[in-house]
Amino acid sequence: MKLYTKKAHELHDLLVNKEISAAELVRAQAERIEAAEPKVQAFITRTLDDAMAQAAKVDAKIAAGEAIGPLEGIPMALKDNMCTDGVRTTCASKILHNFVPPYDATVVTKLKEAGAILMGKCNMDEFAMGSSTENSRFFATRNPWDIERVPGGSSGGSAAAVAAGQAVFTLGSDTGGSIRQPAAFCGVVGMKPTYGAVSRFGLVAFASSLDQIGPFTRDVRDNARVMNAIAGYDLKDSTSAPVDYPDYEALLGQSVKGWRIGLPKEYFGEGIDPEVKAVIEKAVKVLEGLGAEIGECSLPHTEYALPVYYLIAPAEASSNLARYDGVRYGYRSEEAPDLITMFKKTRAEGFGEEVKRRIMLGTYALSSGYYDAYYLKAQKVRTLIKGDFDQAYEKFDVLLSPTSPTVAFKFGDRTDNPLQMYLSDICTLSVNLAGIPALNINAGFANGLPVGLQLMGKAFDEAKLLQLAYAYEQATGCHSQTPDLGV
Amino acid sequence: MNNETMQMERDFDFEIVMGLEVHVELHTKSKIFCGCTTEFGGDQNTHVCPVCLGLPGVLPVLNKQVVDYAMKAGLALNCEIAEFSKFDRKNYFYPDLPKAYQVSQYDLPIAKDGYLDIEVGGNPKRIGITRVHMEEDAGKLVHGGAANLAGAEYSMADYNRTGVPLIEIVSEPDIRSIEEAVAYLERLKAILEYTEVSDCKMEQGSLRCDANVSLRPWGQKEFGTKAELKNMNSFKALQRALEYEVERQAEILRDGGKILQETRMWDEAKGMTISLRSKEEAHDYRYFPEPDLVPLVISREWVDRVKATLPEMPHVRKERLVHTYGLPAYDAGIITGSKAMADYFDSACKAFGVDTPSGVEADDKAKERAKQISNYMMGELTRLLNASEFGYLNSPVTPENLVGLLQLLEAGTISTKIAKTVFEDMFATGKPAKAIVEEKGLVQISDEGAIASIVRDILTANPSVVADFKAGKEKAMGFLVGQAMKATKGKANPGLVNKLLKEELEKL
Repeated sequence: MKLYTKKAHELHDLLVNKEISAAELVRAQAERIEAAEPKVQAFITRTLDDAMAQAAKVDAKIAAGEAIGPLEGIPMALKDNMCTDGVRTTCASKILHNFVPPYDATVVTKLKEAGAILMGKCNMDEFAMGSSTENSRFFATRNPWDIERVPGGSSGGSAAAVAAGQAVFTLGSDTGGSIRQPAAFCGVVGMKPTYGAVSRFGLVAFASSLDQIGPFTRDVRDNARVMNAIAGYDLKDSTSAPVDYPDYEALLGQSVKGWRIGLPKEYFGEGIDPEVKAVIEKAVKVLEGLGAEIGECSLPHTEYALPVYYLIAPAEASSNLARYDGVRYGYRSEEAPDLITMFKKTRAEGFGEEVKRRIMLGTYALSSGYYDAYYLKAQKVRTLIKGDFDQAYEKFDVLLSPTSPTVAFKFGDRTDNPLQMYLSDICTLSVNLAGIPALNINAGFANGLPVGLQLMGKAFDEAKLLQLAYAYEQATGCHSQTPDLGV
Repeated sequence: MNNETMQMERDFDFEIVMGLEVHVELHTKSKIFCGCTTEFGGDQNTHVCPVCLGLPGVLPVLNKQVVDYAMKAGLALNCEIAEFSKFDRKNYFYPDLPKAYQVSQYDLPIAKDGYLDIEVGGNPKRIGITRVHMEEDAGKLVHGGAANLAGAEYSMADYNRTGVPLIEIVSEPDIRSIEEAVAYLERLKAILEYTEVSDCKMEQGSLRCDANVSLRPWGQKEFGTKAELKNMNSFKALQRALEYEVERQAEILRDGGKILQETRMWDEAKGMTISLRSKEEAHDYRYFPEPDLVPLVISREWVDRVKATLPEMPHVRKERLVHTYGLPAYDAGIITGSKAMADYFDSACKAFGVDTPSGVEADDKAKERAKQISNYMMGELTRLLNASEFGYLNSPVTPENLVGLLQLLEAGTISTKIAKTVFEDMFATGKPAKAIVEEKGLVQISDEGAIASIVRDILTANPSVVADFKAGKEKAMGFLVGQAMKATKGKANPGLVNKLLKEELEKL
């Protein structure tokens, strides 16, 4: 039995029926990580000892005849920007290479309470800035479908780990597409929830008004299951939303007949790879066949999403990352005769190129005399972008687009040209600016590489996205393929 | 402006223009964005948590009490409370600032457009309050190997104070003299103490004052170039720093020089202000809205709720004491200058049965009693408190015990002179007056027979003095009274002694 291809809901049944023990599951998971890691390189830190101890507790519970929760005993991993009490949290940066948080992020607390078992912390672009995971200060993660290609980013390690069977599910964070784009490249399900639906407490901030945590899973049911565990209001996060959160898994399986699906024309224009477009169009036909009503719509301010994003996100980042100064924790330059030199050298040596580029962009955008022209203007255009979606949702339940204009690209293809790299996120940025939820599912393949389909919903309409994705998945079986790593 | 100040300002060749920025620590139990205690002191870095340490991933949660207190201070300073306000980040690098930004309020403060009335030399003046905003305090650096940063071998950071809530109160540039500046700060401190939002301890840094100072030729409309003064940690420091700075600027201007726009620090030891940074070196704080907090929306009901908790303000209270009890304005001003003292007065009035509703004029008897209380407070009690570690809040002589003493005086049980020694004993021991009087046998002798007998003895023993008196020497009378008081250890009722002496002398 290849446990590493199983979904969480299947493994849960195996555990409940005592066909496997949690200890066996964790051991098998550890072996799979070990076997795949030389090819994939998804993990920065592994936590096997703790995992075995936790598995023993779950087994004791099962042996005592107690009921276990839907995620209890399920091996998972976290993007390395979520704080884990006593476990190193690096953000794939030299500046936090030795940082061990004294507290758990709210999502970590919730997953611990749900009994999920942490196997390790996943690689990412440094401080979540990037679209290929090539900006990790440690090493690059490889795409399990073709190890000469990037897994996407910034949550590349989390996406690759799920695709390669190194974790049943993982959490990533999405500021401009950092869950959806790697999910697309790695052919897994990835959800960017509504801003405020999942607590950011303990998520090392990149851009506070855009960051959201969400799950990577091998199918839609698992995604709904993990969402059930992590979504909800949190007193510790003032931007978290005090609304009612549904049971996402229980809502799966409903008919999507008569659902109105909008295709924003700006997402199907120039720059979209024709092969990607063909796969998406085919997927649209499938949904039409399921009874959905398809129509075209427009999000006229889409062309401004990239410049707006690259003002707001770096501005917030320049402030959020200012605390890494070598005074209290993390990396400190040894060659510093005085305070100012210590600040400068620590940050010059501790941060990588892309992070420094964005800190400079953001510092400039907030500077006296430029604030109104850049940051303030960007916030106003952001309101217009949000308005585009509000208008579209008057006619449509869900909007559909490619997640990325291309399939996974090769290492080094875009590292010399930052703007080219930024364009990887052209289909995903607006969603973060508008604060709405969006889900990536695998639509099919182009030349053996996964093509991601993005479903975008109204604020707090995650359940609808999951229902639609579930219907598609059931109709196509697109989630049943797994990459062959030869290990 | 009284004659003296007017004279002084005429003598001075420039008009002084000042505005004060006062930081006040709010007296909440916990910090502004986390649950850590705000208690002063404590071992270094013991009042901290991941949130106030600004560790990666943490988020702030606003303490509602801070909003209540900031609003209360704003209302006490006659400000408008903003229906919609927000927090902003003020970005700068310093080791005592763990997030490298301070969460503050930039363009939309919680309160604005208020005023504060002061009095200098008996003349009233209104100083505008530009704004009151909330922010978090930074930590403290402890330098090793030297007293100051200069020369230190190493520095350590203590974050206990990080995240303690502050309000910053910014005045309009309405202040025209050093006396006005000091009066403004004194009045502001009194008002804040009245509202009980801060303990206003300057020595513990819970009240800190910066000043913007500029000079201009008399009659000129435009402001001169200002210097911002920092680090004035007492009223005395404020006074000295302003005196120094005004003279420094005047000298430059007299020599035809130009004032540099800069930030200057008051050096208490050197007695001078020292340039900290010029305008060119000024920080660009890159303010922007704090994305980790939602905007603060304050309803009319919330404002009304806080308004209802406002106590009677000093000037209202002063007018009440003048109107109700007929106290001189000066005395009423001193008593209401601190809430503790004013509360003491009101408690004593109550204990003496003369508490009178506001707006009603008390009868003469009650006025007399209130005056007695006021006199004792302004004289003996204040003198003893100032010489001790106590204050009106924890005075060893309670208002009830003070009234106990005044009742013994009123009943003639003790003399005024005895009362003074009894009061000192009361202050030293905390005992009620009656107990001390009984213990020491200090009850005034008002028994006519007993005093008459003593008087007769004295007259018999001093025939020559009696002869002097008969010969018209009035002085002799004083000697005889003194003898009688001496014989009774001061306990004889002086009025009776006088009366009986006269009677007995006439008989001779």
